[in-house]
Amino acid sequence: MALSQVKSQESVMTSTKELPLWKQDGAVPFLRIEGVTKKFGEFTAVDNVSLDIYENELFCLLGGSGSGKSTLLRMLAGFEEPTSGRILIDGVDMAGMEPWKRPVNMMFQSYALFPHLNVFENIAFGLKREGVNKKEVKERVMKMLDLVQLSHLAKRKPNQLSGGQRQRVALARSLIKRPKLLLLDEPLGALDKKLREETQFELMNIQEELGVTFVVVTHDQEEAMTLATRIGVMNNGVVVQTDEPHDVYEYPNSKFVAEFIGSVNMFEGRVIEDEVDSVTIASKEAGCQLFVNHGINCSPDQKVNVAVRPEKIRITSEKPAQTANCVYGYVEDYAYMGNMSVYKVRLYSGKEVRVTQPNANRKSMERFTWDQEVYLSWDEESSVVLTS
Amino acid sequence: MNMRALSLPDSLVETLSRLTMRFNFLKGIKFGRAAVISVPTFWLALFFFIPFVVVFKISLAESEIAIPPYSSLWEWDAEEFYLEIKLTLGNYLYIFEDALYVEAYWSSAKIAAVSTLIALLVGFPMAYLIARSDPNKRTLLLALVVLPFWTSFLLRVYAWMGLLKKNGVVNEILMGLGITDSPIQMIQTDFAVYLGIVYTYLPFMILPLYTALEKLDGTLLEAAEDLGAKPYQTFFLVTLPLAIPGIIAGCLLVFIPAVGEFVIPALLGASDTLMIGRVLWDEFFLNRDWPMASAVAIVMLVILVLPIMLVRRNQDKETV
Amino acid sequence: MQRRSMFLNTSSFLGFAFLYIPMIVLIIYSFNASKLVTVWGGWSFKWYVALFENEQIMSAAWLSLKIAFITATLAVVLGVLAGYVLSRMGPFKGKTILSGWIAAPLVMPEVITGLSLLLLFVAMEGAFGWPAGRGMGTIIIAHTTFCMAYVAVIVQSRLSMLDETLEEAAMDLGAKPSTLFFLITLPLIAPAIISGWLLAFTLSLDDLVIASFVSGPGNSTLPMVIFSKVRMGVTPEVNALATIMIAIVTVGVIAAMYQMRKQTKLSAESH
Repeated sequence: MALSQVKSQESVMTSTKELPLWKQDGAVPFLRIEGVTKKFGEFTAVDNVSLDIYENELFCLLGGSGSGKSTLLRMLAGFEEPTSGRILIDGVDMAGMEPWKRPVNMMFQSYALFPHLNVFENIAFGLKREGVNKKEVKERVMKMLDLVQLSHLAKRKPNQLSGGQRQRVALARSLIKRPKLLLLDEPLGALDKKLREETQFELMNIQEELGVTFVVVTHDQEEAMTLATRIGVMNNGVVVQTDEPHDVYEYPNSKFVAEFIGSVNMFEGRVIEDEVDSVTIASKEAGCQLFVNHGINCSPDQKVNVAVRPEKIRITSEKPAQTANCVYGYVEDYAYMGNMSVYKVRLYSGKEVRVTQPNANRKSMERFTWDQEVYLSWDEESSVVLTS
Repeated sequence: MNMRALSLPDSLVETLSRLTMRFNFLKGIKFGRAAVISVPTFWLALFFFIPFVVVFKISLAESEIAIPPYSSLWEWDAEEFYLEIKLTLGNYLYIFEDALYVEAYWSSAKIAAVSTLIALLVGFPMAYLIARSDPNKRTLLLALVVLPFWTSFLLRVYAWMGLLKKNGVVNEILMGLGITDSPIQMIQTDFAVYLGIVYTYLPFMILPLYTALEKLDGTLLEAAEDLGAKPYQTFFLVTLPLAIPGIIAGCLLVFIPAVGEFVIPALLGASDTLMIGRVLWDEFFLNRDWPMASAVAIVMLVILVLPIMLVRRNQDKETV
Repeated sequence: MQRRSMFLNTSSFLGFAFLYIPMIVLIIYSFNASKLVTVWGGWSFKWYVALFENEQIMSAAWLSLKIAFITATLAVVLGVLAGYVLSRMGPFKGKTILSGWIAAPLVMPEVITGLSLLLLFVAMEGAFGWPAGRGMGTIIIAHTTFCMAYVAVIVQSRLSMLDETLEEAAMDLGAKPSTLFFLITLPLIAPAIISGWLLAFTLSLDDLVIASFVSGPGNSTLPMVIFSKVRMGVTPEVNALATIMIAIVTVGVIAAMYQMRKQTKLSAESH
């Protein structure tokens, strides 16, 4: 079977709910980015990106610095115009539309709270520009303050607030305008770990409650995995993969994505048998044959990479029955993390493999120590073959 | 600048250190500290504070034909333990009664205020443009603003004389273009004084404005636009309020010295363009009435003391 | 955001034109062979020649240059001390007063400063016999007093931008306060010192009002001579003088800009 068929089979098996919008045929995307390119002089920041984002999604643009994700976000907000391509929001072409006219609001990375206005005035700012009357402004602002639990701080100025409080003011300020699309630029970047976790869930709740479509830009893959309905991984101005977090993690489409998300072991090898629903690869690095139970598009003898996630590998001191997907080496280093153990195993081919093992039971788990010789093995459906 | 090129030779540093250490040695570091603090303080106290006390003292004296041309405030006879103190308040009374002086103070404040306002209106767009330019252009534009400031103030006022007089350049051009038949009286008018003050003090307005505007966070303007504010609304609701410390600084830097300005009304103004600086000058140099001049100065100081205090307070606010 | 309106560009352009047109006209007329503004007599250097032959102007210029040089140096010493004291020496008794008082000379009308200093000198002469008469010395004292305030402000602002941890590191490595000042602080504020010196020099060279009050018979500074000549009417030698000064300042500003560009390039490359 082809990889895409495996994926859809899996999701049919796991979900009994209604299919999400992006899987439905004929669904109309809320935000359509068509062939958008942005050049700054000679430098191409965004290269012919096309994305369809559906209503009520929490879509994450994930990438390192320089990947183009922030530029793409700014084009959605209206602070930059695409060099070529179109952006359509709810069917309306945004070309030439200035930021104050767009049904889009942005939460800035630095929050951009007006220092000369207090919390109430900051939140009320956008409403006043819409011409809402004073009474209604007051009502709505007070309600919003309740929602973000800042009612007691309404008269404070931004410099009298903590980082987390400022973030909530920024969020409230954008949300109160009931935008169709909310853009968030690294929303959790400035927060410490505990606050970050709390805020992650808060964001997701708010989004579900208010039914707003979110586009979040982040470089933190954990954040993207937690928040997103779908992730768009960007590299060098190009969107390399767009998928649900599960699929991005389990079925990365390229070496880049596999290595960007989570940790992964990569085995280089050559295709020796290419069937419709399986591939056999010879790998010097692995020192054995690798067998994968999905078909790929490739030419005979092609050089490929096989990606195996650390948690999919079994570590045993006894040689397992299988011949394929089984490698041999010694424990170079290990770390006991409490909930799991991490092993760095050095194969006799020289390759280093990372294995994680949950500490599921206390007695029956084998524990391994330095220099112990071990066998590593995994199932045929646990790895992915990457041609790029 | 290459740091290495600027550091003093080690031998010099050693000598200087040893010299200053002598002070430190006497009472430890505290003495050295006290010495360093007191040098500029002493200088300022002697040459910038005591003089005002002296001015006040002399304002209470009477003008005399003597050297120096004022009376003494007291007479002390050691033999008879006789002390007579004579304070003349007549000078002050004269100031408040004579319409000329009151007019002059009022007119000075008015002219200074109007000039400050004009300078603000002219200078703000320039400062804004410079602050929003990209860094390369910015240095050039700042240099352009600062260059006139470094050339002689007197000569620049003189330049306007050449332009504005009856047979000056502006009139020549106007007549040449046929706009007027006979030369317009531009010099020795209030108009010329306004022009002169705005012209010479413009860099003092632009630089603090530029500093305040340059510090403005660009994302604040984007946030305002994102929330629905059109450009002019963003300007009045965000840019302007945040630029206020700069505006105040610029206005004070222009207004206060302009009130006491002498050269510009002397060269460009009419003989009846009343500015208090000129009155003081004439009292001193023409009438040789030192006590009167002193009284005029003290009243001017009293009027200006509040704005002068504002300068420091505004400066401190800006650095927060 | 690159949206800049026509309004901004036009009004700024007009502003800059306003600043420069008088000076340009001055320069042009310094080369006008005819004395009158209305008549263009052709290009000529004769006013420059006349300028250098004018004894009065030349000796006044020399005096002003000497005064400016000494003033600038003194003002820098005092101003650096004041700026350092205010920014790096923590709280001390009377700090608020000193801090407030140092800002006053920046805005004080010159007639007040001039009058008050003259009266002080006269009173001191009467009481102690010094200063005996007014002359170069009193002018220098007067100029230094208001120039040091400018230097202090420049130094203070430069110091506040400086990273204090540099000085802390030096102290941690064993530098005593005096060594610290000469080896670390001084080189780091060098640009401020230089611009302070130049500013003080210019202000002193240009001062008319204060010098008029505190100078004595026989020493007229350049501005005093120019003022008396100019009151009478336009004199073309003054045009020539003005052009020379503008030229010097322009060269100086260009050199400073070039130096600044080089520095920003250097620091950009080293990152």
